[in-house]
Amino acid sequence: MPPNANPGVRRLNAFRFSSPQTFYPLAGKVLPYFAWAAVVLALVGVYIGFFVAPTDAQQGDAYRIIFIHVPAAWMSMFIYVVMAFWAAMGLIFNTRLSGMMATALAPTGALFTFLALWTGSLWGKPTWGAWWVWDARLTSELILLFLYFGFIALHAAIEDPRRADKAAGVLALVGVVNVPIIYFSVKWWNTLHQGASVSLTGAPTMAATMFAGMGVMALAFWMYSIAAALARVRSIILERERQSDWVHEYARSLK
Amino acid sequence: MQIKLCTPRQTLIHLTFSRPENGILGVHESGHAPCTPRNAFRAGLKHMLEGIDLECVRGERALFRSLSFSLEPGALLRVAGANGSGKTSLLRIVCGLTPPARGEVRWEGASIRALKEDYSRRLVYIGHANALKDDLTARENLLISSALAGLEETAAHASEALERFGVGGCAMLPARVLSQGQRRRVALARLALSAAFPLWVLDEPFTALDARAVEDLQALLAGHLARGGSVMLTTHQEVAIAAANVRRLDL
Amino acid sequence: MLKTLRLVIHRDLLLALRRRADVANSLLFFVIVVSLFPFGVGPEANLLRAIAPGVLWVAALLASMLALARMFAADYADGTLEQMLLAPAPLSIVVLGKIIAHWLLTGLPLVVLSPLLALQFDMPRDAIGVLVASLALGTPVLSLIGAIGAALTLGVRGAGVLTALLVLPLYIPVLILGAGAVDAAAAGLDPGAHLMLLAALLLFAATCALWPVAAALRIAVE
Repeated sequence: MPPNANPGVRRLNAFRFSSPQTFYPLAGKVLPYFAWAAVVLALVGVYIGFFVAPTDAQQGDAYRIIFIHVPAAWMSMFIYVVMAFWAAMGLIFNTRLSGMMATALAPTGALFTFLALWTGSLWGKPTWGAWWVWDARLTSELILLFLYFGFIALHAAIEDPRRADKAAGVLALVGVVNVPIIYFSVKWWNTLHQGASVSLTGAPTMAATMFAGMGVMALAFWMYSIAAALARVRSIILERERQSDWVHEYARSLK
Repeated sequence: MQIKLCTPRQTLIHLTFSRPENGILGVHESGHAPCTPRNAFRAGLKHMLEGIDLECVRGERALFRSLSFSLEPGALLRVAGANGSGKTSLLRIVCGLTPPARGEVRWEGASIRALKEDYSRRLVYIGHANALKDDLTARENLLISSALAGLEETAAHASEALERFGVGGCAMLPARVLSQGQRRRVALARLALSAAFPLWVLDEPFTALDARAVEDLQALLAGHLARGGSVMLTTHQEVAIAAANVRRLDL
Repeated sequence: MLKTLRLVIHRDLLLALRRRADVANSLLFFVIVVSLFPFGVGPEANLLRAIAPGVLWVAALLASMLALARMFAADYADGTLEQMLLAPAPLSIVVLGKIIAHWLLTGLPLVVLSPLLALQFDMPRDAIGVLVASLALGTPVLSLIGAIGAALTLGVRGAGVLTALLVLPLYIPVLILGAGAVDAAAAGLDPGAHLMLLAALLLFAATCALWPVAAALRIAVE
């Protein structure tokens, strides 16, 4: 069953992998590579972060949390954009797989957003003396988490998965347009109300090894996100296509 | 298994579909090619409405597959089938409310997706729901729904249309106090104002109507067919419209 | 097109006229929420004056949000929405009409009522003028953004709470700019920048919000 709604229109080659049936085994094949890359890179990144990078003169060892915090914050925003991209593809080309990809990415994005908030608050306690400060970045991150929750909740509330994909897709697009507006308004609000504060990412002097550590960790998170999204999209495919012949055949071949 | 349907009147036929063992309408992989516009046009008739290779999926279930039909001026197509066989879904696909999982609906050769509002200008759809606002009077309801469809009707015309369906006395009553049958009549009264729309798509128009109202509606439909309009409807009862090209599509 | 716009607005206003209680309820909600705050934080005049812009804005935002359920849900349930989708006028015009009607029924009364509540909090006169201006610019944005949430949650169980979850994060810029304008005025600063940005937000929302609402309605009716 081709995903394209128009019969007679020959599908472009690029759409070949947009069929869940072709994508499923492909995703299964590449998944372990991404997973192993994530593990290896994370080990290297943690090693650099904890043993190679020097202790910060002002903040002591507490700053080391940025090796998780900053890459997590990057990923949280990046994944939202990727999710919106897949949502747009699904709405424009009406491909089933796009919606599934967006759905599969959302929990990973929310996870990284939560991680960024949590590590930010852990860093805030020794640095600012409070678990939570209404810092512009933290606040924007919190709102981003709400946007992820909204996407996941809307998708879960609509029973028909195709309809859920489309509605959540519209929401993701609305969200991605709003993220910069929210970010700048929060930043403005923040500077008006409390002046410039010590920012988490704006550490005064950044040694090259610190950058290296953050870069490696970012790559590790990236690989993890891809692996997690692929694993999740595989189970979504099986769940949604459980009535189809190829899933039945696949299930038989597993026995 | 393949079933071909032909009308008794030999006007033209084009309902090509098959019914495999699992009870879902469809075409086997080795099955027959569905009706294409080319072989449908072979009869030389100008087609107003065509459904081509339509497939409808609800949830995980395919309600019908490879369904093709066409409807020309002066013809009535009655969609029949058990509850849950996809009658309403088919009508909604024909209206353009629901996109089909496969295939397309064409109006005078052009896809209704491309025509958009140009197609809406030709179409009257009266669905399962009566689309009446409880807080508005019968006449206000009728005036607003026809104005929304682009008609400029006077209050007198609206009252006349309601009169025609035997609900003239309720014109000034809020829809809230009307009975089911009366509400249906108010909804159908829109048809009396819709002569300019060639295609009428009606979902169970006869439900809740008494014998007289059924007759009124049948007379109205016959008039529409006689002036070259087309009607597509679902119903559980036989349609008694004489001297018209009435066909049946079984789901 | 203009005819359809007028028709939709007229229809929704007529329906609201027949159900005046609904409109009154969301206004009463606004008044009660605002009046709750002194009980929560104490009657200290300086404190109340300081929180007044935020309180009034948050209450207005919640009142406008509560009324979202009325925007499309009834039309969806009784089949009128299908007819609107099949109307020969572009769907975005119908959507615009419904949003304008929603604002006239919920936003505008809030704007009119707000000076009275501002007096309860002893806000300075300049700040009250800015409050009215900021609400006049901001509440239409709330209606526009809210329409997206209301359309996306049509026919969904627990639509009300879900709409709040979807819409409230998107309301934040309006809240920041609206309350910020009043804050600035109360502190004797120029609220012009806030109001200009709010106006820009209104223009942006008016041009960009109609498409997602129309798309969401089509998806809901499918």
